[in-house]
Formats: sequence, structure tokens, C-alpha cells
Amino acid sequence: MAQPSKVETLAPPITRQYVRQLQRRNRMENLGRGWYKFSRNPLSILGAATVLLVTLLAIFAPWIAPHPEHAAPFTNFAHAHLPPSLEYPFGTDEIGRDILSRVIFGFRLSLWMGVVVLALVVPVGVVLGLIAGYAQGTRLDTIIMRLTDVFLAVPPLILALAIASVLEPNLTNSMVAVSLMWWPWYTRLVYGLASTLRNEFFVSSAETMGASTSHILFRELLPNMISPIFTKMSLDMGWVIIIGSMLSFVGLGVQEPTPALGTMVAKGARFLPDQWWVSIFPALAIVAVVLGFNLLGDGLRDLFAGEEV
Amino acid sequence: MSAPPRLLEVKDLSVHFKVYSGVLKVLDGVNFSVDAGEKVGLVGETGCGKTTTMKAILRILPHPPAIVPKGEILFKGEDILRMKPDQMRRVRGPGISMVFQDPTAALNPVFTIGEQVGPVIRYSSPENRGLSRRQIRQKALVPLQEVALADPERLLDAYPIQLSGGMRQRVCIGMALATNPELLIADEPGTSLDVTIQDQVIRLLGELVERKRTSVILITHSLGVVREMTDRVYVMYAGNMVEVAPTPRLFANPLHPYTRGLMEAVPKLTGGGMAMGIPGRLPSYQHPPPGCRFHTRCPHVMPVCRREKPPLFRVEAGHEVACFLYGPEVERHSSELAA
Amino acid sequence: MRLLAFLARRIYQSVFVLLGLSILIFIIARILPGDPARTALGARAPEWVVERLREDMHLNDSVPVQYVYWLRGALGGDFGDSLVTRRDVANDILEFFPASFELVLLAGIISGVAGIGLGTLSARHKDTWVDNIVRILSYMGVVTPAFVFAIMLLLIFGLALNWLPAIGRLSDGVPAPPTFTGLMTVDALLAGQLATFWDALKHLIMPAVALSLGALSQEARITRATMADNLSKDYIATARSLGIPERIVMGRFLLKPSLIPTVSILGLDFAGTFSNAFLVELIFNWPGLSRYGMNAMLRKDLNAISAVILVLGVIFITVNIVVDLVVGGLDPRIRLRAARTE
Repeated sequence: MAQPSKVETLAPPITRQYVRQLQRRNRMENLGRGWYKFSRNPLSILGAATVLLVTLLAIFAPWIAPHPEHAAPFTNFAHAHLPPSLEYPFGTDEIGRDILSRVIFGFRLSLWMGVVVLALVVPVGVVLGLIAGYAQGTRLDTIIMRLTDVFLAVPPLILALAIASVLEPNLTNSMVAVSLMWWPWYTRLVYGLASTLRNEFFVSSAETMGASTSHILFRELLPNMISPIFTKMSLDMGWVIIIGSMLSFVGLGVQEPTPALGTMVAKGARFLPDQWWVSIFPALAIVAVVLGFNLLGDGLRDLFAGEEV
Repeated sequence: MSAPPRLLEVKDLSVHFKVYSGVLKVLDGVNFSVDAGEKVGLVGETGCGKTTTMKAILRILPHPPAIVPKGEILFKGEDILRMKPDQMRRVRGPGISMVFQDPTAALNPVFTIGEQVGPVIRYSSPENRGLSRRQIRQKALVPLQEVALADPERLLDAYPIQLSGGMRQRVCIGMALATNPELLIADEPGTSLDVTIQDQVIRLLGELVERKRTSVILITHSLGVVREMTDRVYVMYAGNMVEVAPTPRLFANPLHPYTRGLMEAVPKLTGGGMAMGIPGRLPSYQHPPPGCRFHTRCPHVMPVCRREKPPLFRVEAGHEVACFLYGPEVERHSSELAA
Repeated sequence: MRLLAFLARRIYQSVFVLLGLSILIFIIARILPGDPARTALGARAPEWVVERLREDMHLNDSVPVQYVYWLRGALGGDFGDSLVTRRDVANDILEFFPASFELVLLAGIISGVAGIGLGTLSARHKDTWVDNIVRILSYMGVVTPAFVFAIMLLLIFGLALNWLPAIGRLSDGVPAPPTFTGLMTVDALLAGQLATFWDALKHLIMPAVALSLGALSQEARITRATMADNLSKDYIATARSLGIPERIVMGRFLLKPSLIPTVSILGLDFAGTFSNAFLVELIFNWPGLSRYGMNAMLRKDLNAISAVILVLGVIFITVNIVVDLVVGGLDPRIRLRAARTE
């Protein structure tokens, strides 16, 4: 004889709250598994370690750098153009400043720029992308996406250079320039995700229950996009640093004597090959920090890859 | 007396996959055979190694992860595993061909049907190699017509994405039979399709195979299909063949506990009661249980099952089981019968 | 027919985008405080001359009106005069464009051929030492900015080893070949001047290689990943199991679908290459559009900046349309899906 089904008495009622609990637990499990995968991949750990190191150097620069005063106006012609040694591990430049200290302060600048630019760009880009994606097919969608097309019509660096060139060359303006050319990438990314997700059932069920638009955008759609956005952000740090160094390479970023990695590479290029250290060490520093962020970003992408929407 | 070699004989085949975290011992001494003109069924749950065995036979396993530590695969007496590339070329296609499980994945999305069927025909026999493109195109119409596809002329210029699932499945069957193989391997034909279409496809396959007198290995997890279409059935579990019997005998008298479990898992219209599943899951291939790989789920497990791997015991003509339940007592019984 | 409809739609969209871009540039250019007329004429010019120039440049009119004047001129090919070279900007662009084109073209060819080639090699020998080396090198290629490559190449081959010249397109004393295409290497070959060809090539190779490395690495990575993925796909197994020879399976049935993702990013890669050209041209003193534009930006030569950006915008949009066409040609799914939704 068939037994009476015990199924109904064991399962809790399927409420939205319960579903969300399950989602949260599922996500935690996936993150746990992902973290395990992440920690076993030596490259991701290397990336994370590099980023951590650079961040610490940047934050504690005035205390860690052996000659912090060299990041400010300073000259010491007696010690100019010294090759790498114990006192000056990266050598000195043409007016006697310690390159290692300047590189450390350069990190500070690069990271600061990356943080500010992303802090500006991500909210704006994501919100626009959410709105456009949710309003897919309407006029609003077209307007927003045409706007991103306009900004993306020119190769990104060139736009940043153009904007930076019409403004006074300083840190703030270079951040403005990079931000103005960066935001469309986030809008594009989020637009693609949102316009796919908006057709899922959980959105239409929220709509029928009378949820407000902002609820749908931020409490339904957005949480499902956290992983790709996050991955992009960590990879972008590297790219923003590169663009920033390209701007300062041509002289459109911060001005002397504030140390910027790109500027140091450019100015030092004059002294190749004899005093190669003036240009090469800052160049290697750029590569190192970008490599770190890229490895970290790749590791994060693998971590989140375990999570299926 | 030396009998002519069987069409296909797989002897004690083992296949391991080397992965990041270790080695997956997927196939563990598989024994399997097909005679000319036979239709052999292969039944087992997803993941038990059916497709791996077939891929091993055709030697299309991905070679960095896959290793074949031991075993022989004899096709008409010659060991496939030791064949040179030019010998293999004669086996794949005109000797053995395969219809894959998912017709959508089995067709290259960026080439037209004609561009995919054409080379199959061209390289299936030496006479075809020298033919012009137009001649090959004419020949390519034949397999499409055989699988009852409407308007084959237009189909040759269509892309897979333009075809329905059922049409794609027919194309795959047509391609596989276009080489006039002696042995056709059909891996779960129609599984990804609508049940009615699946039925059509299986019937079509049956007709074609009858007509061309091709031997078939039919892989499926549907017992109904097996019952209708095959002469002999193998039951596979976790990389081992656990039972083999002529089809009517298997259904009349399933011996292995796993086979029994499978039969009972099918809901029946008559007889009442609920269908019972088999509790537990497939064992890990990386750390398979010692002894019989089924013993963790077996309702009749005995101490010996946990220690030793059961060989295939002959219970009656053509009916063998890999289970200690049918061990020495059964052998004593059949030797008494013979005496 | 569908092709024409697709082209027509893209061009229609592009017009709007270019219009928007021109407005954007214009707004940016006019943000700059200061007096372009005064800057052009210098501090010592008399006020009435400056005022005349202001009238001419429509600087006293409202911004939208200025835009209309500028747009009308631009459509007719007149971008005004450069404040730096004092010549017609349109002429300047025509003069400097071929040098950049030669550079970017060679860089593109190198990165395409070598990128796809290395990616294929890597996938074919997956997980062997060949694969690992290519993967490491291509990763480094992605994270290293082009100007760092340029400086390294300059250091090693130009200065330390002194194998290759470091400046310009031709050595001093070597006359330029007659102009057929503007590409010095091609022109020299066409004119039969082999020595000139060699010299031009030697000057071209370092900047082109430096420029190509970023895109090369990107393309190698994507090709490798796609090929490695596709190798285990069922359609490859089907082709093999039906007796098709291995070289046809690899060379035709694996190659075509694997190229699609790589080609899709060619547009972005091209943008990246052009961006990097800005700095590489500076480093190697290459007389190209990028250097011209760069100088314009540093000297705040508004007419030149606007013109260069607009020209680059047109080029970039065209390249994107071409890339989309090629991808559509390779992948029927895109063509057919697009037709269905239109």
C-alpha cells in the first residue's frame, strides 16, 4: 500500500522570504567553494598578495619610503644619476631623488586615482545601465544607449587625452577625463545583463506584486549582477592605472614634482640606455601593479564562476 | 574449430581520466561484444560510462585527460587500440560510425548541412575522393532522402540553426549511415527531443538498420526502447557491465539487483503501487568503493561483495551476471545441468 | 538584400553617433577658458586684429551658433586652420595620416597573424611546455602597456644593441620614395627602390612590433581558449567519428568557429592599437596623425583636436561596421537571428 506522502509536512511554506534565504545560503556556499578554489590557485594568491602589498605601500608611503622628502620639491645634484645601491635601491634620477621612494609615492597616486575614478564611474554607469536595461525597447533605453555609443565612438584613451588636454593638467582633471570616458563600459555591461534578466520570472512576479521600480532595479536585478560587476571592477583598477600612467606619460596628469609613474617613465626615457634605471624601474612598477590586479580579477572571476544565477 | 571473429569484442577495457585533483577510474574492466547483424542494447544511468566506452571504441577520447591502461578492442579480430592512423581511417566511417546524443551539439553551427555531409561522403570510400564538388553534392542528397527529410536540396544549403531538433537528429542519423558502416552506435537517439518525435526517430532508425542490415549498439536509458528494438541487452553500472542477456530473457528474469531496481523504477500502468527508485548515488570514480561498485546501494549486499569484484557468472546460455548472489552455487547448478 | 538593409541601418545609426560626438567635442573644446583668437595671434597683436579674428571665428556668437558654423565647415571638409602649423587642418590630416596608417596596419597584421597563430599552436599542444610559455607571455603582453614595450624595445634593439634606428621613418640622407599610397615601404617597392624599402622597413619594425604586442596577446589568449574549448565539442567528435581526416577536422571544422570570438574583438583591439599609437609615435618620433593630434592636444589647438577626434571617430565606426560584417559572415547564427528580429 502506498504510504501517505510526508512531503507536505516537512517542507516549509514557500514564501519570498524563504526563497531569499535559500538564495543567500546558496550564494554563501558557492562563495565558500569559490574561495577554496581561489586559495588553491597560486596565481590568484600572487595577484591578491601583490595588490595587498601595493595598497599597503600606498597607504603608508610617508612612513615606508626611505626618502619621503624626495617626493616633494627636492634637489641633490651631488647624488644625481646614481645606479642602484643599498642606499638607493632603485638608483637616483637626474636631480638626485631616490627613485624607490618616488615609485612608492607613485603607487599612492595611481591607486588613489583608480579608487576615485571607479567610485565615480561605477554608480553612474551601473544606474544608467539598470534604467536602460529595465526600460528596454523604450525611448529612454535608446537615448541612454545612444549616449554611451557617442562616448564609445572614439578609442577610449583618445577621448581621455582630448578632455585632459583642454583642462588644466592636474590630478583632479585627469580623474575627470578618465571618468568621463570610463562610465559607458559599465552601462554597457549592466545593460546587457539587465535586459536579459528583466524577462525572468522573478521580475514579472515582483511587478505584479506592485513593487516600485527602484525596488526592482536595486533589490531584484542588481543583486544578480554583483559578480560580473565586481570582477570588472577589479580588472578595471589595472586599466585605470594604465590609462592614468599614459596620461601622465604625455604630461597631462599631475605635474612635477609630484611623482607619477607614467611621468617618471617618460622623463627617464631621455637617459636610456646609460641611466636605464630612471625609466625602467617605474615601468616595471606599472607592470607589477597591473599584473597584480589582473591576476586578482581573474581569480575573482573564477571564484564567481561557480555561482550560477 | 576456429569461428570467424566476432564483429566487435571489447575485452577487459579500462579507461582512466587524469584530472587536476587525481585520477578518475571510469571504466574498470569492461567486457562487451557484438555479432554481425545483431542489435545490442546498452542500458545504464547517466554517468555510468556508456558514452565513454563508445568513444573509446572509436578512439575519439580526448587524449590529454584520457588514458587506456589496459584492455583490447577487437574489430573483426584486429585490436583498434593498437591500430595505426591509416588503419583507423578504415574503421571510422565505413567500419563503425556513431550518432551522438545531442544533435544540436553534434552539428557544426557555422557550416551548412551540405558542407558537413559532403566530406563524410567524400572520405568514406576511396572512389569518392576524386569526385567533383557537384558530384559529392548529388551523393549527399541520398542520406538526407533516406531519413525522410523533405526538400533535401534546400536542406544542403541550410545551417543547423535553421532546422528543428527532429530534423537535426535525422541529419545526424543520415550522416552516420552515409558511410555504410558495418556497426552503428546510436547514443541515446532522440533523448533531447519531444517524446512523439523521439518515437518517430527511433522507428526510422529501426527501419534503416533493418534495410541495410547494419549491426547496432543502441545506448539508451529507456527500457521500453530496449525491449522493442534489441536482440541482446547489456546493463552497465559505474563503469562495469553488470548483466547481459537476450532481451526477452532480461525482462522475464532480471537477475542483478541493479537491473531489478531499474525495472521497478519504471512506473507501470497495471499492478498498482508506486515506482521505487534506487536509493543512493553513483560512486565517486576517483575513490571507487572496493569490491563490487554497486555494493553501497545493494539491498542484498554480502561480506564478499565489499572485498572482491564479482566476475561475470554464466547463469544460462547468453545470460551472465556480475553478482556474487549467482556465484559458486549457480556454477555448481549449471555444471549439474550439463552432466 | 539583408546585407544592404544591415548596412543602411548601421550607417543611419552612425550618423547620429557622429553628430553626438561632434557636439561632445565641441562642448569640450569650448570649455577651455581663454581666448583662442588671442592665443592664435600672440600677445603683441593689436586688439582690433584680434577682434577681427574673433568675428571670423564666430567667437562672439552663442555656442549653438558657433557649432552650426563649425559643423557646416566640417561637412565640407574645412576644419579651419591649425593654430600650431598655421595651415589648413584638413591638409595637415591628409599629410600625416598615411604614416599612422602604415604603422597601425603593420601592427594589425602582426598581431592578427601572430596572435591567431600562437593561440592555435598553444591550443594544439594544450598543457605542454609550449602552451605554458605562450600563456605566460601572452598574459604579460596584456598587462604591459604599449609604451613600456616601446621603451624596452628602444632600449634593447635601438640603443644597447644598435640594430635598429630609433627615430622617424627614414634615416637622414635617404630620400623619400615617390608617393603612390603614402606608405613608404609600399611606395619604395613600387618604385623599385630596394635600399629605401629596407631603410623604411627598419624604421617601421620597432614601433609596429611595440604597438602590436598588446593586441597580439589578447588575440592569442582568446584563440587558445576558444580552440581548447571547441576541441572537446561534440561536432568535432562527430566529424572524427565519421572518418573525416584529422587535418580537415582541425583546419576547417575547428578553425572557423574558433575564429569568431577573436574576430569579434578586432574592433576593440583596433581602438586599443590606435590609442597606443598616440604614445608610441611620440616615443619613436613618428610623423603620424597620432603625434599631430598629441601635439595639438598639448598646445590646445582646438581646431586640430576636434578634427582629429572626428576623423578617428569615423575610422573607428567604419572599422566596427566592417568587423560586424565579417563576424556575421563567419557565424550564420548572428545573421539569421538578426534577420529574424528585424
